[in-house]
Amino acid sequence: MEKFTSLTAIAAPLLRMNIDTDVIIPSREMKRVSKEGLSEGMFANWRYTEPGGRIENPDFVLNQEPYRRAQILLSGDNFGCGSSREHAVWALAEWGIRAIITPGFGNIFYSNCVRNGILPVRLPEATVQELADQVTTDPEQHRVTVDLTDCAVTGPDGRRYPFEIAPADREMLLEGLDAIAVTQRRDADILDFQRRDRSIRPWIYLQKTS
Amino acid sequence: MPTTIIEKIWQQHEIADLGDGTSLIYIDRIFLHERTGSVALKGLEAMGRKVRNPEQVFCTMDHIVDTFPNRSDVTTMPGGTAFIQTTREAAHAAGITVFDLGDRRQGIVHVVSPEQGIALPGVTLVCPDSHTGTLGGLGALAWGIGSTEAEHALATKTLVVRKPKTMRVTFNGTLPQGLTAKDMILRLISEYGASGGIGYAIEFSGTAVEALPVEARLTLCNMTVEFGAWSGLVAPDAATIEYVKGRPYAPRGKEWEQAVTYWQTLKTDPGATFDRDITLECDDIIPQVTWGTSPMHATGIDGRVPDPADEPDPARRAAMERALEYMALEPNRPLAGIPIDAAFIGSCTNSRLSDLRAAADILRGRTVKAGVKAICVPGSGLVKAAAEAEGIDQVFKEAGFEWRESGCSMCFYAGGESFGLEERVISSTNRNFENRQGPRTRTHLASPATVAASAVAGCLTDVRHLD
Repeated sequence: MEKFTSLTAIAAPLLRMNIDTDVIIPSREMKRVSKEGLSEGMFANWRYTEPGGRIENPDFVLNQEPYRRAQILLSGDNFGCGSSREHAVWALAEWGIRAIITPGFGNIFYSNCVRNGILPVRLPEATVQELADQVTTDPEQHRVTVDLTDCAVTGPDGRRYPFEIAPADREMLLEGLDAIAVTQRRDADILDFQRRDRSIRPWIYLQKTS
Repeated sequence: MPTTIIEKIWQQHEIADLGDGTSLIYIDRIFLHERTGSVALKGLEAMGRKVRNPEQVFCTMDHIVDTFPNRSDVTTMPGGTAFIQTTREAAHAAGITVFDLGDRRQGIVHVVSPEQGIALPGVTLVCPDSHTGTLGGLGALAWGIGSTEAEHALATKTLVVRKPKTMRVTFNGTLPQGLTAKDMILRLISEYGASGGIGYAIEFSGTAVEALPVEARLTLCNMTVEFGAWSGLVAPDAATIEYVKGRPYAPRGKEWEQAVTYWQTLKTDPGATFDRDITLECDDIIPQVTWGTSPMHATGIDGRVPDPADEPDPARRAAMERALEYMALEPNRPLAGIPIDAAFIGSCTNSRLSDLRAAADILRGRTVKAGVKAICVPGSGLVKAAAEAEGIDQVFKEAGFEWRESGCSMCFYAGGESFGLEERVISSTNRNFENRQGPRTRTHLASPATVAASAVAGCLTDVRHLD
C-alpha cells in the first residue's frame, strides 16, 4: 500500500452532502473482477454527458482545469455513504485522489480509504467551506497541505486546522502497513481464543459437511 | 456493572484490546457474494493466503445473476459471467459452501443467511456488503466491510474494529394496522438524517420493536446503514429462538440447549447506559414514502413534497433542490397521486415471505394499473417455493406482476436490466440514490404494501385508503 505522510496539492470542491458510492462509481462501471481500470468510471453519471457515454460534461468540477490535476477532494457531510464497494476508493486512488476532507464519512468507505492509501480527514463543515472559498479564487496557486505526521491541514492562507485520526489508522497510512500480516503475528492468540471459545460456544464451530 | 447487549457481544469476541480504541475481534461467520466476494477471494489468492476456517464461510450468487426464468451463468449485465464463475471457482478451491444457481437455497445473501440458520443471535458476522446489518434482526452483531477487510477476515478469522459508540433507539407505542418496520426505519432516518447514526452500534427496543415478527426486525436493521450506523440489532427473545430452531445450520441437541441458555443472557441490563438515546412514538406513524434522492428524504404519504425554501440549513437546502430537480417534482405537490411507471417488490430489505404476503393481501382481487411495469423478486429460492405453495405467485401474476427467480435484481442497475430513462418507480428497496435503479431512474422507497397499493392505483397511494 502507498504510504501517506504529507501532501501539498490542488484541492477540488465538490460540496454536496451524502455523496454515495453509487455516485462515486456506478455499479455498471465495475466491469471486471479487478481493483484496476476503475478510474474511467469514477463519477461517471456526473462526469459524462450521457449514461454509459464518455463525452465529458464541462460543468463537472473534475473536468475543469486545474481541478483535473486535483489530489485533494473537499466535500459535504457523509461522503462515501451507501454501498460497501471498495471500487469507489480504488477508482478515486487510481484517478489520483490522495486525501478527502469532509465533515463526515460513511463508515465502510472510511475504513476502505485507510486500507488503500487515501487519507480521510474530518473537519467541521464551516472549515471545509472556508477552504473551498479560498481554493476557488485561484486553485492552481491556492493549494492545500494535508500533513499526517502532525495531523493538520493548512489552508492557502496559512491557517492551520488540526484533525483527529485513530492511532492505528494513522500508523497504517504512514507506514503503508499490510494489516493481514500484522494480525497474523497474533496467530497464537487467535488459536488460544478459539480453544477457549469452543468450550463456551461449541455451536459456533461448524464441522465440514461436504 | 450493568452492560448493554452490544458490549456483551463485543466482550465475548474480543481477542485483544489493541489499546487505541480498537480491538481484535473474532468473526464467527463470513458471507460472500459474487459482486465483491470475487475480488476478495482473488486478492487472497494473489497473496498466497488461505481461508482460515472455510467451514464457517458461505457464499451465494445474488448481485449479478439474472432473475428471469431458466437463467444461467450468462447475464444481461455485460461481463457478469466472469463474476459468477470466478467466485464459484475460487470458493470451491477454498472449500467454502456455495449456494449456487440451481440450488433452492440460493438467494439474496441477507435472506439466505437467517433462513439457513447461519446468522444466529450473538454471533459476529461480516460480509463485503453494506446491508449486512440486516442480521441484527436476530440479535447478531453484523456489519458490512470492504473487500480488503473481507480478505483480512477470511485469512485471520478476525477484524481490527474500532469500538463503536452505543445508541438506543426506542420505538414506543403500537404500530397501527397496515404499518410496517419499513415505515419505522424511514421515519427514523428522515427525522435524524442519513448521517445520524455514524459511529454508532444501535439497539432497537421498545414495545413496537418487541411486537415485530423476526422477519420485520430484519427489515428494521437492514436500513441501519442508510442511517449511517455501523450496525444495529434487536435483542433476541422467544420469537427469535422459535425462528432459529430447526434451521439447517442452527445448533441441535445438547448444543441447542446450551445456545438457548446463552442467548437468554443477551439483553441490556437494567440501568445500563448508552452514549445516545432516541425515542420515537409509533402510535400515529403514517405510511412513509421518499420524495428525493436520499433515504432521509422520506415523509408521510399524506404529506406534500417539501419546499427547500423552508429548510434553514444551506447544505440540506442545496441537496433538496438538487433532489427535486432529479426527481422532477415541484415543491408543495401532494405526494399521493404522483403517477408511477413501475413498481418493484424485492431486495434484502423486503423480499421475505411476510413481505410477499403483505403485498399479496393488497393485490388479491385487484389488478395493476395499465401501463405500470410491476415486478416481484422473491428473496430466495426457498421464499419463492414457500410463496408458491400458498398460491401467492398466482395472486401476483393475476394482478399483473412478473414473478421472478431470486436475486438482488433491480434494486440496483449494474448495466443489465433497468427501469429506463426517467421512469418513476415505487420500490420496496433501500436506496433512492441518483441513477441507482437505472440511468436517471426516479425511485420512491416504501413498504411492500404501499408498493402494491401504488401499483394498483398507478400513482403513489396511501395503502390505508385503497379503493
